[in-house]
Amino acid sequence: MELAIFYVFALGAVIAAIGVVALKNPVYSALSLAAVFVALAALYVLLNAPFIAAAQVMIYAGAILILFLFVIMLLSPETERGIGALPRQRWLAALFGIALVVELAVVLGSAVLPVSRGPFTPEQLARVGDTEAVGALLFTDFLLPFEITSLLLLVAMVGVIVLAKRRG
Amino acid sequence: MTTLNHFLVLSAILFSIGTVGVLVRRNPLIMFMSIELMLNAANLAFVAFSRYLFNLDGQVIVFIVLTVAAAEVAVGLAIIVALFRTRATVNVDEANALKG
Repeated sequence: MELAIFYVFALGAVIAAIGVVALKNPVYSALSLAAVFVALAALYVLLNAPFIAAAQVMIYAGAILILFLFVIMLLSPETERGIGALPRQRWLAALFGIALVVELAVVLGSAVLPVSRGPFTPEQLARVGDTEAVGALLFTDFLLPFEITSLLLLVAMVGVIVLAKRRG
Repeated sequence: MTTLNHFLVLSAILFSIGTVGVLVRRNPLIMFMSIELMLNAANLAFVAFSRYLFNLDGQVIVFIVLTVAAAEVAVGLAIIVALFRTRATVNVDEANALKG
């Protein structure tokens, strides 16, 4: 049953990912990317991470994708012309892509799980609650990355405003 | 029963599709979307390891990666908008001068 759910959403994610890369219209690519995000969120729920699934849908499909669509609509007439790669470049890229996926799949498909495990078994996680556990870790062990991330967001905000402001 | 290897192979496939997208497409917005696809593949690997190793560090790292990806998309799109507002064309192969 779990395997069937995994294969359904994995197949959906792969087909949508191929759609992102292969579709001509950038708006269709963005919508296909939304399908990838939702399929991955379903897989996160399957992996006992409902908080990360909700955060993924909110941040990726709810904010980042909207930003992409804004810029696509803003730049759309200009992005239609002059997009052509050399044909040999496309075949080389496809060849290297196939080599990459075969190599990665062989190595990762035969990987052996490490021996040392942590304390958060799924039963423990169901008892404590995923959000509470991630929040507790975020404010104790991972406090420094958390604060640095907030600083990074401030820097990104200032940078975006400076970059996107019209001159004069 | 799904094992860790199932999720890792799926992550590898998504990462490779994103890589091919960056290499093949010349539209900068679609290149950016392919990079986001690669980031999502890495996120999937993190969460899978977190579940199969009974350790929640992977989920916290994914949370931080989500935030960093949002900041990166904002800045990257601002750069693209600023760059291609002054030029007439949107070909990344022609954006090779540092001062516009």
